[in-house]
Amino acid sequence: MTTGAPVPLAAGFGDLSELRTARRAHGGRWLAAALILAVLALLVRAFARGQIEWDYVGRFLTVPVILDGIVATVVMAVCAMALGIVLGVAVAIMRLTPNPVLRAVAAGYTWLFRGTPVILQLLLWFNLALVFPVIGIPGLWSGRAVDLMTPFFAALLGLGINQGAYTSEVVRAGLLSVDQGQYEAAQTIGMGRMTALRRIILPQAMRVIIPPLGNEFIGMVKTTSLASVIQYPEVLHNAENIYYANSRVIELLIVAGIWYLAVVSVLTPLQMLLERRFARGVAGGRR
Amino acid sequence: MNPVPARPLVAMRDVAVAFGPFQALRGVSLDVEAGQVLCFVGASGSGKTTLLRTVNQLVPVDRGAIYLDGELQGRRRVGDRLHALGEGEIARQRMNTGMVFQRFNLFAHMTALQNVTEGPVQVQRRRPAEARAEALDLLARVGLADKAGNYPAQLSGGQQQRVAIARALAMKPKLMLFDEPTSALDPERVGEVLAVMKRLARSGMTMMVVTHELGFAREVADRVVYMDAGAIVESGSPAEVLGAPREARTRAFLSAVIA
Repeated sequence: MTTGAPVPLAAGFGDLSELRTARRAHGGRWLAAALILAVLALLVRAFARGQIEWDYVGRFLTVPVILDGIVATVVMAVCAMALGIVLGVAVAIMRLTPNPVLRAVAAGYTWLFRGTPVILQLLLWFNLALVFPVIGIPGLWSGRAVDLMTPFFAALLGLGINQGAYTSEVVRAGLLSVDQGQYEAAQTIGMGRMTALRRIILPQAMRVIIPPLGNEFIGMVKTTSLASVIQYPEVLHNAENIYYANSRVIELLIVAGIWYLAVVSVLTPLQMLLERRFARGVAGGRR
Repeated sequence: MNPVPARPLVAMRDVAVAFGPFQALRGVSLDVEAGQVLCFVGASGSGKTTLLRTVNQLVPVDRGAIYLDGELQGRRRVGDRLHALGEGEIARQRMNTGMVFQRFNLFAHMTALQNVTEGPVQVQRRRPAEARAEALDLLARVGLADKAGNYPAQLSGGQQQRVAIARALAMKPKLMLFDEPTSALDPERVGEVLAVMKRLARSGMTMMVVTHELGFAREVADRVVYMDAGAIVESGSPAEVLGAPREARTRAFLSAVIA
């Protein structure tokens, strides 16, 4: 680079410094937007004229049974996801230990619970009493399986244990993404495996783990609807109960749909907050 | 009492390591006296780094024994058998050595200060306030008092390596291991790291340094060890090994490096 007096341009190159750059027209974008708006307008018109009584949707949106249902949905999603994360982290760590027994147990768990439909697992847990009429710890405590396996408990086990199998793979990918040198540095300052995982490896793996985990959590909010088959009173189950009585099938399905969208819409910014928290120290992350 | 003969801080006897079919160390024996600085030179693949990593058990030995301050590393003798130590015991033994890596390996999610206090607080269970004061003092000694709050990504390579030295020193090790500490640095950053290492050597720290910086070896080392093909070819004072090597292999290496 030379500085100082501007170098004159060679012959044939015009001086452009006085000219303005025109903005691009983007005609295609305008056309696409217009087309999409037209299709949306048609859809809205179709639904407005179709056989949907929208005042029913408004009226049932906030009835106590639906509100109880959405609370039950969120509670189950949070509890099952919490169980899934605890199991997933434990299983991911087991899969990365040098201990072959733990590795085999972890791989077997993932294989079994990822390999069967979650609805089948829910039905199995709910009907556990058919296999084991009495469950408990021999000599300490026992109870009848029918009383113990409430819809809540069966749904928690079914959804949480299934989620753990998927989460373990997400966590494992995160642990593998952390440079081996970080683990070696932790060892050289006298850390054991578990301390190194907790203090050094997992916090850095979180940056990789959180986006897919947010995805899994959003999936879980909707998968709780499967628990309606074992009488867990989540929002879809309650909406169904109402339309069995009043036959407003579509109206109540729309009510449930609005609530699912609302919950998921709240979760997305929460995920972004978490992502920023764990971007510490990374170039471009929050300082 | 009879005077006890001086015991080397590190005693390696017939140490051998293989990675699959590759024999990385072929029965190396070596003593390091307390307060000495040893520099290891040799081509890549000659076993220098592996030797260093056996001392703090990042690489387990297949054969032979390593004693640090008289204590057998990694194994315990019970009767006439040796038993591998558990993870906790190995972690305790590792605290006697500090290690500085070629690629720094600072904890990326922690500030410089947190990197230095992590070991004392989490492993040695020292009081956070006390560990923090000592860490700030160490950072000042490596010339980074003003960078305590910076994350590694905000530091230059030379600054990161000086934080890494402070992190290792915070554990109050008996021995410092340096694995090519300046090889990943921009040329203009090498001097600042070597200066810190020279000061550390003068303060009496026992150091084992794998390096390609022959100038540093000449100036600071008490002994230079030339390695090739997993064995020590020759060792002696810098003047002997670097100035008047006896072995043809050493001469060939030196002429290739200096040329």
